[in-house]
Amino acid sequence: MNLYKLRTVRIIISNIILFLTTLLFVELSGNYTVSFSDYVLFPQFIPSLLSFLHNPAFIASGFIIILVLTVLFGRIYCSFVCPLGIMMDLILFVRKKYYKFSTRKKFRFTFIKSYNLIRYSILSATFLLLFTGVSTLIVLLDPYSVFGRLITNFIRPVFIGINNLLVAFLEMLGSYSVSPHILYLPDFWVLSIPFVFLIIILFFTLKNGRLYCNTICPVGALLGLISKFQIFKISIDDINCAACGVCETQCKAGCIDSGNKSIDLTRCVACYDCLDSCPTEAISINTRQPVKVLKSNLKTKGKGRRNFLISAGLLAGTAIKTIYAQGDTIKVYKDSTIPEIRTSPISPPGSISIEHFISNCTACTLCVSVCPTGVLQPSFIEYGIEGLLMPHMSNKIGFCNFECTICGDVCPNDAILPLKNENKKITQIGKVKFIEENCVVYTQKTDCGACAEHCPTKAVKMELDAELNLRVPIITEELCVGCGACEHACPTKPFKSIYVDGNPVHQIAEKPKDEKLEIIEEGDFPF
Amino acid sequence: MKRREFIIKSVTAGATVGLTTLPVFNIIGASKKSTTSVKYDLVAIRGGEPDVMFNRAIQSLGGLSNFVKPNQTVVIKPNIGWDVVPERAANTNPILIKEIVKQCYGAGAKEVFVFDHTCDEWSRCYSNSGIKSAAESAGATVVPGNYEKYYQKVDIPKGINMKDAKVHELILDSDVFINVPILKHHGGAQLSLGMKNLMGVVWDRQYWHRNNLHQCIADFVTWRKPHLTVIDGYLSLKRNGPRGVSTDDVITMKTQIISADIVAADAAAAKFFGEEPEKIGHIKIAGAMKSGVINLDKLSIDRIKL
Repeated sequence: MNLYKLRTVRIIISNIILFLTTLLFVELSGNYTVSFSDYVLFPQFIPSLLSFLHNPAFIASGFIIILVLTVLFGRIYCSFVCPLGIMMDLILFVRKKYYKFSTRKKFRFTFIKSYNLIRYSILSATFLLLFTGVSTLIVLLDPYSVFGRLITNFIRPVFIGINNLLVAFLEMLGSYSVSPHILYLPDFWVLSIPFVFLIIILFFTLKNGRLYCNTICPVGALLGLISKFQIFKISIDDINCAACGVCETQCKAGCIDSGNKSIDLTRCVACYDCLDSCPTEAISINTRQPVKVLKSNLKTKGKGRRNFLISAGLLAGTAIKTIYAQGDTIKVYKDSTIPEIRTSPISPPGSISIEHFISNCTACTLCVSVCPTGVLQPSFIEYGIEGLLMPHMSNKIGFCNFECTICGDVCPNDAILPLKNENKKITQIGKVKFIEENCVVYTQKTDCGACAEHCPTKAVKMELDAELNLRVPIITEELCVGCGACEHACPTKPFKSIYVDGNPVHQIAEKPKDEKLEIIEEGDFPF
Repeated sequence: MKRREFIIKSVTAGATVGLTTLPVFNIIGASKKSTTSVKYDLVAIRGGEPDVMFNRAIQSLGGLSNFVKPNQTVVIKPNIGWDVVPERAANTNPILIKEIVKQCYGAGAKEVFVFDHTCDEWSRCYSNSGIKSAAESAGATVVPGNYEKYYQKVDIPKGINMKDAKVHELILDSDVFINVPILKHHGGAQLSLGMKNLMGVVWDRQYWHRNNLHQCIADFVTWRKPHLTVIDGYLSLKRNGPRGVSTDDVITMKTQIISADIVAADAAAAKFFGEEPEKIGHIKIAGAMKSGVINLDKLSIDRIKL
């Protein structure tokens, strides 16, 4: 086989994966992509690993295949599968073209030193924390999830914008054939983290190719370690090599030292650009030891400061969010007075418990992108620092559709397990609470019933109050599934009269029971 | 292109005299009573399939061509509020909607629109209610109602608690407005009938709930009455309304009520439900505000049994 074809194969496969993965996040026409999300996300390393730790099933075995491939061929994941890496390759492709266009010269990479202390510190910290049950670092650094957050926060809005422009255009022609989409902007601090990552990734990529993958990314570092022992190695044949140095200029990982005719396999992302570039075909894949193994240089500067900055940023974020939350004053007919008491955030149905959810979710926000009602929104620190950015149910924006199970269907981590429709309808993610002092019926002495109207189980029901001669909400917590429809519909401001308080551990709601009504087909006219 | 003209007019004039005092609103807002005189004010029919009953009952009002003239645009407002199947009787019967769309085109309508501002996620409501496919199969254009961009502010000068509202552009633009609610129980408004169904043509429903629901329902019909109200009582949600919990809440009544007087239609429907119209807050208020007749003895009613 001609080895230079490997590069073409890599480009084709990686672009298909990037396209399909992006499609999952940006598809606007009604969740048609949900049905194949399991297959598209099957090889994603961290989601598959977390999913496997929860339930060792075949569908969660993608990471094993990646490990086997790594032992055989090196970091196949980084160039063929990782959407973040493929995205960087796209950035580099554009950069190369632009460089050639503006300078009429070929863009050249150079060999760079590896920052091993940083990369292995991050790697060990990430996995140590992960196995002690704290997933903060894996949430922040899992490349698939980083990619997901970039798409959800920066690319999906562009698609929604284009869609809505199209809607406006079609409307001028008198057509309603495309439906608009509402863009729910997450709050500033939720947005700030993907934004910082966007800047870091752009900076690293434009500075030195796959530098991010070889310095920050814990998956890159882990697979790099394994790559040391790979069977089919890329190596430079001393005899055929003309020492022209072209391969080094083409290596986006900066891992080819053409002077020493050596390749740092821990940093090689298996893109196969070098195979293609070598004029004497001196680079090959074989089972021999490489000619020379490079001693990596160490560089430690900057890590402590970065960590400090991140933690300081988080703290500042927390403080400012608290201040922001208090500034909501909207004038209404008659303001409600009693604040809701929320003891727990609400995690999506299928997430079993907040503990399970936090330990499996990597905040890729795919569920946020596909949620048809917008009720699933990224949180900031609602779950605590260990649940940073993980989606929660925001009844202010929407409520959980009784019949819908999409979030569990798409979750690649099993943080949200897929639920059957009938099980979803009795999964109690929270319980309804009622504040009589805020309720329109009591304060205004008028009928309302917005809560009971929306309740799918009649956990809130309007019953006649003889004293008021009005129908007042009566709640039955046992029937409540915590969907938040009542809270969303409740018209009182600034505080709701009815709301859902999350269940830290999800429970089973009672099934509503009512006797069957008789069928009256025959009858006369009552007037 | 009526909407565009409307917007252009509003913006130009609004800059000088202010949007709210515009005469164009009065023209659009005025209730256009149907022209041809017919024998009956209201038709009540029992014992048939939804489409068969409509077909028969509308004849007593001179046929649908009495309401829809050639080349007119029609907007049909069913109740599509909930993501449930037709058997749950929370949404209007799709077979009835299909028949009305068909007859509108039969009467020469240029285009027939169908929409609702739903409570549950709209695209699921549209498809699971069966209304989207039913209406489209008869040639109607099914339009979303859950985006604020489609809503225009109108004044309700005769309103008591509600002086203005944002109304879906199709209600403002279309020549003929046909209201097709389902006859069902409602926890807050007691019953959900013709007038209650009109909450689905406005943007901010929470305002109604905050500011005396019954009064706001009655206020809205002072702004505009539909040209025709068809109350679907084929299936009826007898309790746990307006959404219901299961088909156990549903009875089969095989009834339909049609009238150009939305208040009279509601009064008749209340009777079918077993309630006195005077006991239902918004029907009583609408009667007192002279938006329609609630004393059925004063009407000429065609009672048909199939």
